[in-house]
Amino acid sequence: MVKKKDYSAGLPDPTPIIDEIISKYPSKVAKKRKKAMVANDPEIDQPVQANVRTIPGIITQRGCTYAGCKGVVLGPTRDIINLVHGPIGCSFYAWLTRRNQTKPETETAENYMMYSFSTDMQDENIVFGGEVKLKEAIREAYKLFNPKAIGVFSTCPVGLIGDDVHAVSRDMKEELGINIFGFSCEGYRGVSQSAGHHIANNGIFKHVVGNNDRPREGKFQINLLGEYNIGGDAFELERLFEEAGITLVSTYSGNSTVESFAYSHTVDLNVVMCHRSINYIAEMMEEKYGIPWIKGNFIGGSSTAKTLRKVAEFFDDAELIEKVEEIIAREEAKVEAVKAAIKPKVEGKLAMMFVGGSRAHHYQDLFEELGMLTVSAGYEFAHRDDYEGRHVIPDIKIDADTRNIEELTITKTDNPELWRDDLVAKKAELEKKGYEFSHYAGMMPQMKKNSLVIDDVSHHETEKLIEFYKPDLFCAGIKEKYVVQKSGVPLKQLHSYDYGGPYAGFEGAINFYKEMERMLVTNVWNLVDTPWKSEPEIVGSMTINA
Amino acid sequence: MLLRHTTEKEIDRKALTINPAKTCQPVGAMYAALGVHGCLPHSHGSQGCCSYHRSALTRHYKEPVMAATSSFTEGSSVFGGQANLLQAIGTIFSVYDPDIIAVHSTCLSETIGDDLKQIVAKANADGKVPDGKHVIEASTPSYVGSHVTGYHNMLQSIVQHFAIKTDEAKRQVNLLAGWVEPSDMRELKRISKMMGIKTVLVPDTSDVLDAPMTGKFEMYPKGGTTIPELVSMGDSMKTVAIGEWATKGAAIALDNNCKVPFDMLDLPIGVKATDRFIMSLSKAGAVAVPEEIDRERGRLVDMITDMHQYFYGKRVALFGDPDQLLPLCEFLLDLDMVPAYVVSGTPGKTFGKRMKEIFGDKIDQVKFKNGANADMFQLHQWIKQEGVDLLIGNTYGKYIALDEKIPFLRMGFPIVDRVGHSYFPTLGYMGGIRILEKILDLLMQYQDENSPEEKVELVM
Ligand code: SF4
Ligand code: SF4
Repeated sequence: MVKKKDYSAGLPDPTPIIDEIISKYPSKVAKKRKKAMVANDPEIDQPVQANVRTIPGIITQRGCTYAGCKGVVLGPTRDIINLVHGPIGCSFYAWLTRRNQTKPETETAENYMMYSFSTDMQDENIVFGGEVKLKEAIREAYKLFNPKAIGVFSTCPVGLIGDDVHAVSRDMKEELGINIFGFSCEGYRGVSQSAGHHIANNGIFKHVVGNNDRPREGKFQINLLGEYNIGGDAFELERLFEEAGITLVSTYSGNSTVESFAYSHTVDLNVVMCHRSINYIAEMMEEKYGIPWIKGNFIGGSSTAKTLRKVAEFFDDAELIEKVEEIIAREEAKVEAVKAAIKPKVEGKLAMMFVGGSRAHHYQDLFEELGMLTVSAGYEFAHRDDYEGRHVIPDIKIDADTRNIEELTITKTDNPELWRDDLVAKKAELEKKGYEFSHYAGMMPQMKKNSLVIDDVSHHETEKLIEFYKPDLFCAGIKEKYVVQKSGVPLKQLHSYDYGGPYAGFEGAINFYKEMERMLVTNVWNLVDTPWKSEPEIVGSMTINA
Repeated sequence: MLLRHTTEKEIDRKALTINPAKTCQPVGAMYAALGVHGCLPHSHGSQGCCSYHRSALTRHYKEPVMAATSSFTEGSSVFGGQANLLQAIGTIFSVYDPDIIAVHSTCLSETIGDDLKQIVAKANADGKVPDGKHVIEASTPSYVGSHVTGYHNMLQSIVQHFAIKTDEAKRQVNLLAGWVEPSDMRELKRISKMMGIKTVLVPDTSDVLDAPMTGKFEMYPKGGTTIPELVSMGDSMKTVAIGEWATKGAAIALDNNCKVPFDMLDLPIGVKATDRFIMSLSKAGAVAVPEEIDRERGRLVDMITDMHQYFYGKRVALFGDPDQLLPLCEFLLDLDMVPAYVVSGTPGKTFGKRMKEIFGDKIDQVKFKNGANADMFQLHQWIKQEGVDLLIGNTYGKYIALDEKIPFLRMGFPIVDRVGHSYFPTLGYMGGIRILEKILDLLMQYQDENSPEEKVELVM
């Protein structure tokens, strides 16, 4: 078992641990990995290598483009048939493994999320092409379920044999008269899941957003982007917005429907939670319709309050502001009471986090609230802007992998009723007062001096970090969970929440505090060492069968 | 209703698989490789598959599952993955220092036609493989077969690579295990030991995927068949292979290359299949069956006679892998239960033949299907047409069981919402007792919950 360290006087310079980590790598690998590790200084700009290929042979946390596209963005949408074109594995593994909860309006309303649909390609489809089978599968799906939309996802072999999922989708859309569209999200196409998010964003924007120009409903209309309803997070946020009188038109994409995506361009404001996975849609909506976006964060009580206030400030309506303040006061009192009870037990504990896009950042708020210290963190599939802030976007080198992803040219809508001059004016006016739109400061400015930032952390690095920092808690995913726990360090899965949650909003903060108490105050770890280990003098002098 | 769109009306489907009763080859190859000591599985393809396969195994076993990947780029997909694999081999030996790297392909590397044999030969020729270390490889295209096929192919590759025939015959028996739990691996060793037979069990995932908590992470845990054991298999007296779909290739390879004859058996699930296994072992090792085994068998049969009324006539739907399903059906028939629907996504022509052998003149009472287009959606439709009293299969059966209110026994891969499968065996007579205990718990719980108050029984 590891002995804990005390960092109350500040974090140590992590350079020695960086050197130790890379000493084991072949020199080319070492050179590359070193650029992905930075001793943080919140005062200065430092580039972090991000969104580059993982080195072959390295045990990484990352998944593939398909996982980002099918799993993350389209997966949580219940009223569409997501058909995976490929051999069975890809569809099998993305079958109900992401915990995006969904609640259809009625007992019989459409919900395909419990199903896994695949063309289950066989040998002969690889040799002779799978387009005929794909078409037939679409027909069969239509016949059986009569859905309003079908999304088709390409997996690795599909791209190689040249099946054109877009052409097939176009043909079938014409034949069946429902919305059918494809995604070229083959796993090899990008560096990580991130490419899949981008491809999914493009696809949804092209084929769904703007299909239904229904008239506005409600006084204050927003979309929540990058909220995937893991463990019911979106339910908690829906509760808050509803009470405040804000209409949540669409959530991308948790407890969501393609139906709502189709009229999501009728809102006044987009609130982006996970910047990496979905800022593209926000940008495209702004270019096409003039709808501004802000970065929001609903992880932690104070972040939730801050984001709610920011939304209310945008609408600048006295009644709304009053209502929001009322909710915040009531909910924060509950949060504070639980925090006061738990904080003394966990204060000063050390956490590290290597997860997804936004979670490695947002969860630091919760730890801060509990007086815990994040000693090291990094993303699995971020780009430099997620670390350093959006101001570095112009400096980011465009490499072959990025060039691979179709860049949509978005132009201003020619429907004058849909172009929001009023919002453009409002944005300009608020910006003058210092209100920040289209802004994300990134993770590093929030992190302490000398905390260690690592992009695309590998298994070897994880082991070394645990040895060096002896953290009290490690946050990552299922592949890391038991590895870390075998060393006597509890691991919190921040992708699935270990089947707990919700952790968003005020209720979520309370749940998370309690979870930290459970994990950090438990006696379980004291059971690991056997009692006879510390009393070696217990040696038998009498043996049976001697 | 979780599966609200499933209706009893079937349409003829040729192209669409819904809710598969199988997954793809590489995950099986990864599992088999983990049963060799000091071995790091390596997935030759994009990193997504490796990530998915590690996650699936981790969720099932609740244990670390280590594996590396070639992390293909778009370029490697076009020009071939040789450079990636060569670089990976170098990186792996210097960073993770395994004794063996077990490379399997994915549908990506298969589709572009990467020749793993040739690349591994090149790695050896280029001096990328340190002395005393090994790189083995198996071709596991996911558009052929299923996860069981992948297990089969990797197991075959393991014995092919290591087993050597020398002049010195060894008084030992090779035991080739199909895809079973670490607990079953341990049970196989316990039975062999009870019989006084020295066996080499491969793969052996006990102490790898049920490793104890010690406060220290071990990249290569204590368990797994060792290299000297693998080498010695060529000198064994006999091979006993259990689970045709998973072990046949390896058994044939040992016979062809090292002249070790084999018995091809079912997994020892239930009374008769275990009987055949014990007899085969006893012949192979030329030992009499010890009385303790008779007594274990007797306890299982005793339990069946005691509780027969609860089994008799109950209809069961099953899905999973052929190696489990076949002996399980045989066992259920011995209990006078009725296996009514049987589905496996794993192809294999002998499935129908074996089902007919097992069911005999009762074959008309079962609807069964296996192969690429056999899926759980159809199984559910059958259940909707005429109900069953028990459902047996992996965790994904949960949604059917909840919708249809059917008692549900979790068996197979993956089980991600319960524990116990990796600790308590279902093989052998003791495993049979566990299966019965579980079935009875479920059926009796169902009876209790659905009885009017005056009919609730205290004693059953
Ligand atoms: S890409 Fe192929 S090998 Fe990978 S998970 Fe999918 S089916 Fe399996
Ligand atoms: S890398 Fe390719 S084959 Fe593997 S899971 Fe992703 S899309 Fe499927």
